[in-house]
Parts: sequence; structure tokens; C-alpha cells
Amino acid sequence: MKILVTVKRTIDANTKIRVMSDNSNVDLNNVKMALNPFCEIAVEEAVRMKEKGDASEVLVVSIGDKACQEQIRTALALGADRGIHVETEASIEPLNVAKILAKVVAEEQVSLVILGKQSIDADNNQTGQMLAALTNMPQGTFASEIQIHGDKVQVSREVDSGLQTVELAMPAVITTDLRLNEPRYASLPNIMKAKRKPLVMTTPAELGVDIKQHTQLLKVEAPAERQAGVKVASVAELIEKLKHEAKVI
Amino acid sequence: MRESMTFDVVIVGAGPAGLSAACRLMQQAQDKGEELTVCVVEKGSEVGAHILSGAIIEPRALNELFPNWKALGAPLSTEVTCDQVFLLNNGQSGSKIPNCLVPKTMHNHGNYVGSVGNLCRWLAEQAEQLGVEIFPGFAAANIIYGAEGQVSGIGTGDMGCDAQGNPKETYMPGMDLLAKYTIFSEGCRGHLGKELIAKYQLDEGKDAQHYGIGIKELWDIDASKHQPGLVLHGAGWPLKEAGASGGFFLYHAEDAQVVVGLITDLNYDNPHLSPFDEFQRMKHHPLIAQYLSGGKRVAYGARAITKGGFNALPKMSMPGALLLGCDAGTLNFSKIKGTHTAMKSGMVAAETLFAALMDAEAEGAEGGYDLESYGENFQASWVYDELYKSRNFGPLLHKYGTVLGGALNLIDQNICSLPFTVRDNNPDHSRLKLASQSAAIAYPKPDGQLSFDKPSSVFLSSTNHEENQPCHLRLRDSLIPLGDNLAKFDEPAQRYCPAGVYEIIEDGSGEKLFQINSQNCVHCKTCDIKDPAQNITWVAPEGGGGPNYPNM
Repeated sequence: MKILVTVKRTIDANTKIRVMSDNSNVDLNNVKMALNPFCEIAVEEAVRMKEKGDASEVLVVSIGDKACQEQIRTALALGADRGIHVETEASIEPLNVAKILAKVVAEEQVSLVILGKQSIDADNNQTGQMLAALTNMPQGTFASEIQIHGDKVQVSREVDSGLQTVELAMPAVITTDLRLNEPRYASLPNIMKAKRKPLVMTTPAELGVDIKQHTQLLKVEAPAERQAGVKVASVAELIEKLKHEAKVI
Repeated sequence: MRESMTFDVVIVGAGPAGLSAACRLMQQAQDKGEELTVCVVEKGSEVGAHILSGAIIEPRALNELFPNWKALGAPLSTEVTCDQVFLLNNGQSGSKIPNCLVPKTMHNHGNYVGSVGNLCRWLAEQAEQLGVEIFPGFAAANIIYGAEGQVSGIGTGDMGCDAQGNPKETYMPGMDLLAKYTIFSEGCRGHLGKELIAKYQLDEGKDAQHYGIGIKELWDIDASKHQPGLVLHGAGWPLKEAGASGGFFLYHAEDAQVVVGLITDLNYDNPHLSPFDEFQRMKHHPLIAQYLSGGKRVAYGARAITKGGFNALPKMSMPGALLLGCDAGTLNFSKIKGTHTAMKSGMVAAETLFAALMDAEAEGAEGGYDLESYGENFQASWVYDELYKSRNFGPLLHKYGTVLGGALNLIDQNICSLPFTVRDNNPDHSRLKLASQSAAIAYPKPDGQLSFDKPSSVFLSSTNHEENQPCHLRLRDSLIPLGDNLAKFDEPAQRYCPAGVYEIIEDGSGEKLFQINSQNCVHCKTCDIKDPAQNITWVAPEGGGGPNYPNM
């Protein structure tokens, strides 16, 4: 069984986000970039499936400029077998990503696609669902547990009311939630080995995908700064303030 | 049983010294058609993440290492256009020192305003293209010694241990990286460099090393006030009020950004002094505020500086290893520049190492040898010359203060070399007077516009450590902070730490507690240097932790 895992290069979760002074976007100039944490969880899950014998090959794909090969190499160091880099300079939105992935899925004949539920930069949470629709595969989103049973896969989903378990016929699409697993560290020898694992490059055009912009980024603003809090002397004063100043009760 | 890997050369720290050594090693190997395996470990999450420097960069070493660095896209584009030096009299006024009275070493014609972090990112790209293996996120935690007492490599730290040191689910043991030769280029007060200096008595017969703490911020300023290449330096207020010395810098970089910082010499004697608060109040001086007001602070960081210079420079070779750059102390304090000297120390090391490794007849070819020829080659290089000529600069300032010391430096650097060597042999940690005998310092409250508090500052350093891990700031004796330091010096760690790591708090019953917020640590090493009891030892936390400086 072949698994396809998608990885995105995003700003590192530990970095403080700064908006550019002309509000055109987030400043990424020399900022630490990393593997999107949800994608990292997806890679870990796929590698564990391979280690358990449920999968035979873990394939990773990333879409973006040259720099995202770094994240593909990270995934290879974590245990994936080979990489595909779909090179584009364009900033592409979820539908375009899903169309590209659909082509890769068709070409590679994978049994399972595991994606992060969303990327921490754009927070769209759309790609996995769109891919399922485009490829007519069943989907199990927000997975907190995945079990393979023959040609079926059972997915526990984190939903508002608790956990929902669904069974999907493979090939299927799964998106990962935070509690699915805790990714391992890449070891030094594996980082070295990853440099020699196969990585092929292609482009959206070669895959026959025409990239269309459906949305336009108008501006990015930092959240308003939080006002300093005040200490109140008594419950009565608190209620008074909530009633008349904050006007929330 | 730990796994191990073997290389020809292992380099600890991806800074200017280590990366220059790596590049130079590979350049020679390519020229001669030889195979060489070189690996660099870096504790920061990426190359450049822990690099903090002014910086004005003198391109001398870079010109030698990559003569075509401009074509290769090195990130040095803002040439110094105007050089101004000030003596600040007080919080309102200052005098510009006429150019003819400025020591020659402080002239910056032909130098560049830039980010050493970005320079290192670029150097790392060059090194990787040359075939160097660079591993960011891996800290060298311990030195591996061979049977004859020689250095035979380093061990990387274990990952995934909890606060008590027990393995967590993600536990991954460290690895032994063995090498014929190991280069230590950890920067100022490297924790392994410190061990080597003690073990091999590398500082025997040398003066005590001296340090400063540099605190720096990056600001977006109003484009109309921005003059790319304008550089300001100065001394005097505010540090002189507490009888301390040091100096400020303000450089106009590119893209309407300025960097501003204050270096406080760590030989100060008033335990009430807080380098962080000195820097914050300094920014209100009209000379500085004229540029910053209306601007926005975008990054913050701090790092200790090795500034003892020539007199304190230890022996840099030992069996199986070399100690380079600021880890040894090659910074030229009279120029307040260490990048070009660190790079050159790395290049000379690479040349020495390559010659030793390739000459099968020579004693050093198998590794583990004390390459004393490094000392000779270093002496024959221009770094040595530079450091020798500047040997009196720091001691003169320490002994005679900014004005008289400055005047003597002017004579020494511009007119004729002083025919003697001035020394300052008191280590910085020994200088503190008792709190009760020192004047209290009332620092103004930060206004949130020009000056800020520590928590909001540390926030801008993007510092992060995996929370559940052993504390990397070790106390030899856990009773000293409250038992001794508090009574005598009002525990100065509360103030010299620029990241708010050390706090004295009271529990519910009014009992005092010494709290170490190690997750805030920006890896500046000041505590390891200044603690009067030398009770704090900085060791490497889990790899990848610490600040994530963007353009510092």
C-alpha cells in the first residue's frame, strides 16, 4: 500500500509573526521556516504505518518554490521514502493545491492520502476536503486515531460533540488533528540519508493544472494590542464594571 | 550504547569562525582534488538563529575567502557612508567628537552595515554547496576525549528527556561525532570552550578574560529619518552614572531599519546596575530618540562579547582540537568588531588543518595531535597584528575611564604606539562591591514607545525551549543565590540577565525562592560570566531551543 503525504513550508510556530509595514503581507524575510506542524503529524502517522507493515511506501509531495525542498528533506529524514516537488513561485490557494494533488494521486495510484487538517499560516482547512471531492474518495477529517483493516480504514474524528469514528473504503483521504501522534525527532544519520533519497521535480503545467487565483489578498493587519488589565477590590466592583463599563451583563 | 559517526573534521557552532573554517577546508580539498568530510553542528534551530552582532562588518576576511562575494550574493549591501562618534554628557546632551580625535580603529570607511546572522545563513549555503554537512538543531553537549587525553570529537545532546532527565516518548539519544580534529567555535564563553581552556590550561600566563553584554534591538523607522550607511557610536551616559563603561551603537541599515544597542562592560562594580535598563533609558537620549521616535521595534536580543583581546587570548590549539573566534577571544575591541577576525581565525585554522591532514609524513595526519603550528600561522596573519596593536585599548578604558582612557587610546592608535602594555587582570565576576555600599539606581519606568519591559522584549527574540526538559542553567550550590548573593549583592542575576531568567519570588508564606525561568534564556552567557560566586554553569539545552533571531 502506497501512502501520499502532503507537506507545506510555513513560518515556524515559535516565531513571532510580524506584519510588513505596508500591510501587504506577513514579513517572511529571513524568518525561520519549518514543516507545518499538522503536516509533520501526517508524516509521522504514515511512517508509523510503514513501520507496522500496513504500508509499503511513503511518498511526500510539496508545492512551492525551491525552498520547500528543505521540508521535503525533513519529511524524508523522518522516514518517508521519496519526494515530489511541484515547483511554482505563485502563491496558490487550496483549490489549486487540491487540483495538483489530484493529478499526483492519479499518477501514483496511492491508496491513502494523509494531509494536515490545515496549515498554520493561512488556516484554510480546505485542501483535504477539496481533494476528496475532486478525486471522489471518501474523507476522514480531523483524525485523532487511524486504524487500517484490510482495504478499509477506521478514523476517529475530533468533532464538537466528542469523537466520531468512521470507516472509509480505500483509497481515501485523511486529515490529521493535533492529538493523532507526537512526531519523532529526525536523527543525524537519517538527515544524512535523506539527502540521498529520490526527489523528483515537476510543475503544475507538466501536471496539466492551470493555476487560477480566485481570491486576492487585500491587506494583513496585526491584531489590536490588548489593553492592560485592572485589579478590582471586590466582587461588587467587578459586577459594577461588567454592567456599566464592559456592558456584558 | 550511543551511535557514532566519524568525520575528518567536526566543527561546533555555525558562526563566522566555524563556517569560514568549513568553507576554507573544502575549497582546499577541491583545489587539490582530495576527499574531506566536514560536519558542523549548530545548537540554534537554523543557521543564524543564535547569531547576534551589531554589526558593522569589515570585509577583509570575506574578500580573501570569497573574492567574488558580491557576485555570489553575500548579504552586505549597505556601505558605511558617515561615521559619527559622541560622548554623552547626560540624558539630554552629548558632544560629537571631531573626526581627528577619534582613534583610527573607530573609522569605518569601506565597511558594511549588515546582519551577521544573514551573513552566516549565506556562508552556510556556500559551505553546503562545497560539500559540508551542516546540522542545525543539534547541540554539542560534551567533549569526547581519547585514550591519550586528546579531543576525539563531541557528543550531541539527548533529545526528548523530561525535567528530571528521564526519557519521554520522543526520546532520542545523542550521537558521538568523532573526528581527527574538532574545531570549537561556539562564540563568546562557549560551554565546551570553557572546559577546554581549563583542562588544557590554555590561558596559562594570560590576563583574565574580559567580557561585555551587548543588548540590541532592530527598529523600523520613519523613512524620512533614515540615512542608509549612517553609523553612530558613543560612550559616557548612562553607564558612567553607575561608574560603568561601555558604549552604544546605532546603525542605519537597509529598508528603513536601524539597529540600536548598548554594550555594557561586565567589569562593572555596582550590583544594582541593570544593563537592560541602562539600554532602555539610553534610547530616550535625544540623539537616539530623534531616529527611533515614531518607529516600531521589531526584534530584540542579547549576547555576551569576549573583549579581553590580545592580552587575554589563550593558546588556541590543543591535542585534537582548535579553539577559534570569540570562543577563544579574537574580537578586536578597539574596532568593536569580531566578525572579520573570527572568520580569519577560521580560515587560518582550515589551512593549518588541511596541511596537517594531507601530509601523511607529518605527525598530525592521523589526528589527535596538538597543531601548535596553528599558533605560528595565526601569528603570521593580519589578525594577530591587529590584535597586538589594539592590546591596550580595553585596559586603558578600564583603568582610566572613557575620557582619559579614550585620550590615551587616541595616542596609542593614531599617533604612536604606547611602548608598554597595560593590563587588567581582575576577572569580571570579582568586581562587584557590596550592595549596601553601592548607590541604588532608580531606573525610569518604560514608556512603551521607546523603552520596554523585559517580558515584551524577550517575546521579540522569538525564544523557545521545549518546556519539559532538564534545566540548562546549573547551580553548583543551590544555596548560594539566597544564602550569599542576595545578602551581599541583592542577587545581581535578577538584573544582569537581559531575559528575566532569574527571579526572586515569595511563596504564599513569604518565604523567598530563587526561580530560574530557563525557557526565557537567550543564550547570552552573562550569568556564567558575572555570577560573583561563579556558581552558575550554562550548558546546552535540547538542540533547536533558544532565540530565533531573524535579521540580527
